[in-house]
Amino acid sequence: MKAKIIVTPKKTVLDPQGKTVQHALESLGFKGVKEVRIGKFIEVELAGSNKAALKKKLDEACHKLLSNPVIEDYTFTLK
Amino acid sequence: MKFGIIQFPGSNCDQDAYHALANVLGQPTRYVWHKDSTLGAVDCVVVPGGFSYGDYLRTGAIARFSPAMKAVAAHAHAGGLVIGICNGFQILCEAHLLPGALIRNKGLKFICEHVELRAASTNSPFTNACQPGQLLRIPIAHGEGCYFAEPSVIKQLQDEDRILVRYVNNPNGSVDNIAGVCNEGRNVFGLMPHPERASEAALGSEDGRLIFESLLRTHIHA
Repeated sequence: MKAKIIVTPKKTVLDPQGKTVQHALESLGFKGVKEVRIGKFIEVELAGSNKAALKKKLDEACHKLLSNPVIEDYTFTLK
Repeated sequence: MKFGIIQFPGSNCDQDAYHALANVLGQPTRYVWHKDSTLGAVDCVVVPGGFSYGDYLRTGAIARFSPAMKAVAAHAHAGGLVIGICNGFQILCEAHLLPGALIRNKGLKFICEHVELRAASTNSPFTNACQPGQLLRIPIAHGEGCYFAEPSVIKQLQDEDRILVRYVNNPNGSVDNIAGVCNEGRNVFGLMPHPERASEAALGSEDGRLIFESLLRTHIHA
């Protein structure tokens, strides 16, 4: 199965990269850009088909390595 | 005092630390390879600066899982001294030996320059040779040196006098001007500035020696 993981900086964490890109979008003429947050996209191929078990494993992987819970949030889909 | 310097693939301040400790301070110093699962007889571990594992995923994220870091964690939990410099600080945070995390500098740029630090607490094995409030001129060289922790953690660090050094002019957006913090047991210290690069007059500043001399003083009195 394939997991698609998105890691983003927590709301409380400063994201200067996102801020800079937001300003660039405004300079480009894009109106109404409220906020830009920049994170990471990770794809993981997993052996097995027990979705519940794989989700549990993924959760652990995200918590322990793929994200740093001090500064980041994550979400994932598994198909 | 016996020092052990951890070498990861991508460490690049290991030899600077070795020079400062072995040649300038005359202490028995050895390297510890990242694949070694034991540290040998060391009193203080140095986790040096650099770009361990190419800074892949996040700074310090991969180094944390090396066999040597498991030994460092055991050493720290047993009360042994550990100092993490720059990437070493990032690694210690990722390894949960220190609270918080280091994120991208506020100005997005890699900054390499001498900065002024203030000894915010001299109540530690790493800063006891400083005068309270003493100014130290020590270089920084980092792109991800902005210290972040939740407000409750920052308050705890303040209340427990665990912020050992602060920037006089905050270069990177660190919360509360934090340049270095210690753990609850005060035996693990991480800082972004490089004391090993400011340990002899020829390098423009000797102020960094105070950090290492604090350790030596602690060792003698131990």
